[in-house]
Amino acid sequence: MNRVNLNIDSIQVSVAQGTTLLNAAKELKIKIPTLCHHEDLCVAGNCRVCVVEQVGSDRLLPACATPVSEGMEIRTNSLKVRNARKTVIDLLVSEHRADCTRCFKNGNCELQQLSSEYLIGEDSYIDLVSLKEYTIDYFSPSIIKDDSKCIRCQRCVRTCDELQAIGALTVAYKGEDMKISSFFEKPMYEVICTNCGQCVNRCPTGALVEHNYIDEVWAAISNPNKHVVVQTAPAVRIALGEALGMPPGNIVTGKMVGALRRMGFNSVLDTDFTADLTIIEEGNELLQRLKSVLVDKNPDVHLPMTTSCSPGWVKYIEHMYPDYLPNLSTAKSPQQMFGALAKTYYAKKMNIEPEDMVSVSVMPCTAKKYEANRPEMHSSGYKDVDLVLTTRELAKMIQQAGIGFESLENEEFDSFMGVSSGAGVIFGATGGVMEAALRTAYEVVTGREVPFKGLNITPVRGMDEVKEATIKIEDALPEWDFLNGVELKTCIAHGLANAKIVMDKVKNGEASYHFIEIMACPGGCLGGGGQPIPTNAAIRQQRSDAIYREDTGKPIRKSHENPEIIKLYKEFLKKPLGHKSHELLHTSYTERNRY
Amino acid sequence: MTETVNLVKSLADKYGRYHESLLPILQGVVQEEKYLSEEAMVEVARELDISAARVFGTASFYSFLNTKPMGEYVIRVCKTITCMMHGKNIIIQELEKNLKIRVGETSHDGKFTLLETNCLGQCHKGPAMLINDTPYTDLTLEKIRDIIQSLKKGDLVGSISNPLN
Repeated sequence: MNRVNLNIDSIQVSVAQGTTLLNAAKELKIKIPTLCHHEDLCVAGNCRVCVVEQVGSDRLLPACATPVSEGMEIRTNSLKVRNARKTVIDLLVSEHRADCTRCFKNGNCELQQLSSEYLIGEDSYIDLVSLKEYTIDYFSPSIIKDDSKCIRCQRCVRTCDELQAIGALTVAYKGEDMKISSFFEKPMYEVICTNCGQCVNRCPTGALVEHNYIDEVWAAISNPNKHVVVQTAPAVRIALGEALGMPPGNIVTGKMVGALRRMGFNSVLDTDFTADLTIIEEGNELLQRLKSVLVDKNPDVHLPMTTSCSPGWVKYIEHMYPDYLPNLSTAKSPQQMFGALAKTYYAKKMNIEPEDMVSVSVMPCTAKKYEANRPEMHSSGYKDVDLVLTTRELAKMIQQAGIGFESLENEEFDSFMGVSSGAGVIFGATGGVMEAALRTAYEVVTGREVPFKGLNITPVRGMDEVKEATIKIEDALPEWDFLNGVELKTCIAHGLANAKIVMDKVKNGEASYHFIEIMACPGGCLGGGGQPIPTNAAIRQQRSDAIYREDTGKPIRKSHENPEIIKLYKEFLKKPLGHKSHELLHTSYTERNRY
Repeated sequence: MTETVNLVKSLADKYGRYHESLLPILQGVVQEEKYLSEEAMVEVARELDISAARVFGTASFYSFLNTKPMGEYVIRVCKTITCMMHGKNIIIQELEKNLKIRVGETSHDGKFTLLETNCLGQCHKGPAMLINDTPYTDLTLEKIRDIIQSLKKGDLVGSISNPLN
């Protein structure tokens, strides 16, 4: 590859052709401030905070949008550059409701950080916030959109378009009226927004934040008449540490359990348990669908079956591909299966009245807040999951509680509903649900373990945008002999832009899959919208490595071997897809608007 | 299928289903329906396989792509500096008095919509305004009264003596 030589701050450097000035400076450990730039997204170059000076040129250059050229002489810290940056930041602040002490992003805001770094000082410009009629949209249970804090960097718009192919947000109007808007400025709750929270994860200010339920959870914990149950999703334990000062890729399961107990939760349980349960129900649903289609030729049963555990994906398909709702597995997500069981089976076992129970979940996800609020999710007779926290909110609560997280001893989840297999853990990574389902379904059909070394089905793993894997079924048990010789075709996509590619293929008849796993967020739940900020490709990889490490370290690796799951079926559910399962663990979907 | 759905489909057949087809399709809808309804925008989004918000964002950028229902006669008074200095505020007052609506509103009978617009390029003949596609320049209070009178009577816009001709 061609190299380009240039000089940055009097240091000679040689970088690959096409490198931006921003990245060339990064190689020299020179930090150039950015706001609209995000490594997951295309270059926008609209905030102008990254300007640098080229010797011999009057005009300042945006470092994020300028590729290097031979012989360039760049100054990243001249007086002109410093003054320009300071002015840019100052002007942005003059249109930003800088009510920092009351802001959810206080201490974690890129604009605040830069204002402090550049000492913007007293007001140099008129504060325009009071002159503009900004709106704050509180209606969504997942996301709060506060236009008075928006600096119009458009990271959210690019996230929604490029990563997610949703396009719920757009740039509307022009000039001083320009704003980030939904379709006809409708509330986020009424439009195609899937609540995935990828925009929240990328917003540099407090313009897009999760709807937080921290105070509600503390109130429940301190109410002596309430029994507060908490469940934690697989992807929380491998990212929570990041929000509490630890480097990415740490598995903090034991410390997290300890912290939850110290905070005062009455039962500390695990969503991984119901992840295992999801596999049993969904795996059996897949086998039953295969039988209905291949043997009974039932025209009302549809293939490919797609997973249904990602609430962002579920809402996306409801808006964009309503014709394919019959293809969605009817199995609820692990969070909602947990909620339904907590207020029925668990309550009875522990002798608690379900109305005295508060069911809290900790998720890497903002869409889970919406999911818990769906009207269908009352199968226990109560709201199955009362309050949903993101990984970030839990970290905030741990800080509020004054718990020295890093020095906590490792503790174990409570039992019952606290034991899980490695298959449940890998739900948090793209390809994980597929791998977990195959580990179980293959064994149900053939009586043998999946033919992969160490149960590691590597073809379905990794960060490739769309993965395909085929497993040939041979020597099936008599009950499943119709599957003999069948090549089970699977497909895995993460990020809704990739989901769209797969669904368009299915729609156009270009692909004949049996089973598709789709996770709304890049990397799967580990890259969820509720995860610590920043999240980027390198961090997603570290979190993924941690998840597979956790899987390998588990004594039980297959969902159907989880002893608590076996006991649950014996004592309560009786059999997969049985009457009780349908009542508590399966759901239905709704067609929605295309805007 | 509704009329709007058919209209959008035929426009997409005519202009193609590319990103660059968006503007001509939107203009085509405005020409037929005077404005872009929610339904029309959703249909355009569906035809071009883009998000409905994107269609709205594009439409909201352009002054002539109305996103609200408009009257039969859309009056756009130039608000930029030359016309301002030539007395556009008095012209607007006169229009408001005659039409009994304020800037941004549409009359109850659905006949008139009054708007302000950016420069019409008639600075040498200000104050200027546009009614639908016809410009009117060197406006005076009397001219305004005459124009509105004849429009109310139902005379065609083009039949009024136009100072440009």
